[in-house]
Amino acid sequence: MVLALNPEERAMAAGERGAGTAMAMRIVAESARLLGAARLIPIASAHIDGALYHGDSGTLFAERLVDGKAKVAVRATLNVGALDLAGGCRVRLEGRQRAMAQRMMQAYRAMGCEPTWTCAPYQAGHRPAIGSDVAWGESNAVAFCNSVLGARTNRYGDFLDIACAITGRAPDVGLHRPENRRAEIVFDLSRLPNAYLESEIAWPVLGSLYGREIGEAVGVVAGVAAHPGEDALKGFGAAAASSGAVGLFHVAGITPEAPDVATAGGGETPGRRIIVTREMVANAQQRLSTAQAPERIDAVAIGSPHLSLDEIARLEQLIAGRRLRVPLYACTGRHVVEALDRQARRKPLEASGVTFVADTCVVVTPIMADIPSGVLMTNSGKFAHYAPGNTGYDVLYGSLDDCVESAVSGRPRLGDEMPGR
Amino acid sequence: MKAELFVPGGPARGPALVLDQPISFWGGVDPATGRISDVRHPQYGQPVTGTVLFVPATIGSSSASAVLMELVHRERAPAAIVLHAPDAILLLGLVVAREMGWPAPPAVKLDRAFHWRFRGRQVCVDEAGVIDAL
Repeated sequence: MVLALNPEERAMAAGERGAGTAMAMRIVAESARLLGAARLIPIASAHIDGALYHGDSGTLFAERLVDGKAKVAVRATLNVGALDLAGGCRVRLEGRQRAMAQRMMQAYRAMGCEPTWTCAPYQAGHRPAIGSDVAWGESNAVAFCNSVLGARTNRYGDFLDIACAITGRAPDVGLHRPENRRAEIVFDLSRLPNAYLESEIAWPVLGSLYGREIGEAVGVVAGVAAHPGEDALKGFGAAAASSGAVGLFHVAGITPEAPDVATAGGGETPGRRIIVTREMVANAQQRLSTAQAPERIDAVAIGSPHLSLDEIARLEQLIAGRRLRVPLYACTGRHVVEALDRQARRKPLEASGVTFVADTCVVVTPIMADIPSGVLMTNSGKFAHYAPGNTGYDVLYGSLDDCVESAVSGRPRLGDEMPGR
Repeated sequence: MKAELFVPGGPARGPALVLDQPISFWGGVDPATGRISDVRHPQYGQPVTGTVLFVPATIGSSSASAVLMELVHRERAPAAIVLHAPDAILLLGLVVAREMGWPAPPAVKLDRAFHWRFRGRQVCVDEAGVIDAL
């Protein structure tokens, strides 16, 4: 397949809108060529995962675009950065690293990106219309955008997201094309008790299992009687996109492109079926923990993806004004922190020992104390996946209820999560 | 063995590091040291720097491109990357590194059936994308 650019795209590549836009168009076109796209398509919006500092190279790239006068051509929200600008925690990046992280965040602002600084932009007012083409980065945001909103995006890597936003174009391949959005596998939950599917802990565990089983294919989850709620789907997608390369999942009767299993399969029920058993779920849950029967925990982290106001309300109920013995890091966006401030709900939680981490989170930048063989408890499948490698903490996975009770006592409490086990 | 060239940059040579399982570069490879940092990965702790890296598949984060570009910028990148299918996220790290003018390793496509063939060998990848054991 040979990529054909239209006259406007060729003009961008030739530098008619400046050197920054030309570089962005070269990156989009080269990606399109690698993926075998025949053309580019216009996009309605972008979510940019490129403003997180991993080292100087990303800062130098963003500043090259700014020097070339690049501006985003479509609405572009920003994923987390490496610094907490609106919350209450101190990020342990010093000197040159802090300065480079700051320069990077400024460069993305200079290109016209919105300072949302959240990995849950879809809960901060950025919800593209069903069927619209967009270019989103951040694996959980991609999964949510495709699956729950029904907008169309591929898994855009850092740098391609901003290049698409500047050019307003994306390669016409993958999940932008309806024929690639059909489910090929049924992920059948009908053998699991309804009570389990209605529990908060179920969805990150099931997502983690789904991602490992399905890899990069498109699947349809079947056997879910009641809508588990948007936050459950958020946790499912985030875990699935951590353990696998999941960009789109369907849930029959729940998500917009899956009124039923056959419709999700493009008119016929997919031939492959994974029947999920209690044993598979128990095993998946066990795999989320790396700590072996710890006697203490050193911290709790929640909010990957960033907490919604509903999830904060649940946290308030569970803490119920008690004092926590170990730090509880609540990662969220400024869209939530500002609402809590307005409603005077932030200070009471902080008085209990909650640390709000805004604009970033504890696995992407150094926030938590360096504790040799420290144990982190979490209810997030995504934190469970990334915390050991990124923070050095071992992970203990549990429900939000268990996380809070453990934070109150300092000792891990784990309920019997799977009814009938 | 002739492989399809995704991103030019050869010739390159190094010991084959054949990954046993898919990897997420972000959260899976330390951009500062080049070592595999995902504790659940079977090759945890091994350096990718200077290797001809055979990647069965990638998973996880969309920041893999940023980690790979940072490895290139710090001169900690693999000598070459061998994939079974074009991986837009990972390859982007090389595409953008080249845009920035930094010497980046080549990436080539090799049929999945040959993933294990070069295990334990010294491997070279030439400018045309031909992979050979030394």
